[in-house]
Amino acid sequence: MPGHFEPTSGGGAAVALDEVEISIIRSLAVQLLELIGPGPAEDAPDDPLAELFNEGPSEPPKDPVLQRLFPDAYGGPGGEPNSPERAEEQRQYSSEFRRFTENDLRAGKRENALAVIRSLDRLTTAGDGDAVLELTPEGSQQWLGCLNDLRLAIGSRLDVTDEEDTDLLYRLPDEDPRKPMVMAYLWLGGLQETLVQTLMP
Amino acid sequence: MGRVTAPAPLEIEKTESAEEAFAVPEPDVPWVTIVHNDPVNLMSYVTYVFQTYFGYPKDKATKLMLDVHHKGRAVVSSGTREEMERDVQAMHGYGLWATLQQDRK
Repeated sequence: MPGHFEPTSGGGAAVALDEVEISIIRSLAVQLLELIGPGPAEDAPDDPLAELFNEGPSEPPKDPVLQRLFPDAYGGPGGEPNSPERAEEQRQYSSEFRRFTENDLRAGKRENALAVIRSLDRLTTAGDGDAVLELTPEGSQQWLGCLNDLRLAIGSRLDVTDEEDTDLLYRLPDEDPRKPMVMAYLWLGGLQETLVQTLMP
Repeated sequence: MGRVTAPAPLEIEKTESAEEAFAVPEPDVPWVTIVHNDPVNLMSYVTYVFQTYFGYPKDKATKLMLDVHHKGRAVVSSGTREEMERDVQAMHGYGLWATLQQDRK
């Protein structure tokens, strides 16, 4: 079972993780949380309505990882504007979409990452053995979402923009400084792949 | 030569000027949600999302995933602009790269 999820009888999934694996996932999830940032209500913790009335950002994020997690909703390849007016229209539409959706999207990704961290913190590794992480069906969904976000984030940092990049990653020499991140990326891919299989309808 | 019939009246009443009519967006043209290829998302995961969120059967979900993979993009749903914004938001929630546009083809 090491390195891959298996379905459990209750519709959930289970995987054995050792201490190093636990600390890698935890550390990556914490970094993702920090990148996504606090919700709007955290700026005004005494105001219960702050979350409701706070509009999201209207400009795309500057960080490439966040740009990938929260892309423009209008435009994109094949939808390029054919005039300056259309380009401006797309920009406005994307900006409006962002104002009304980005806070919710950030909250969803934050919740998934938090669920992953909490479930890892509940684990105890006995001696030098593995701990077995058991997920409920809901927990599986949260893990699936978070594993995907982590891979998107690492893929973006590693500048994986086409299929050939992925092939190159497999052949990196050991001394390449990206090697540890690549190993994590590929390992998370295996975890996610086996977790999807347990959820396939 | 046959008889020339009088053309049917185009419009009994003109309620809008030509310019106004031109500026009105095309309400009958549906909007579509497009999912774009990216090398990070797993093929199995993309298929899973199409099955889970849209409720597509496995065959259709797999075909759409392969279209995304091989053609770079696929139209995964169509409807009103509001519906498509909802689908795009959901796709972004799953981490898929999606956009919406009016289907002008």
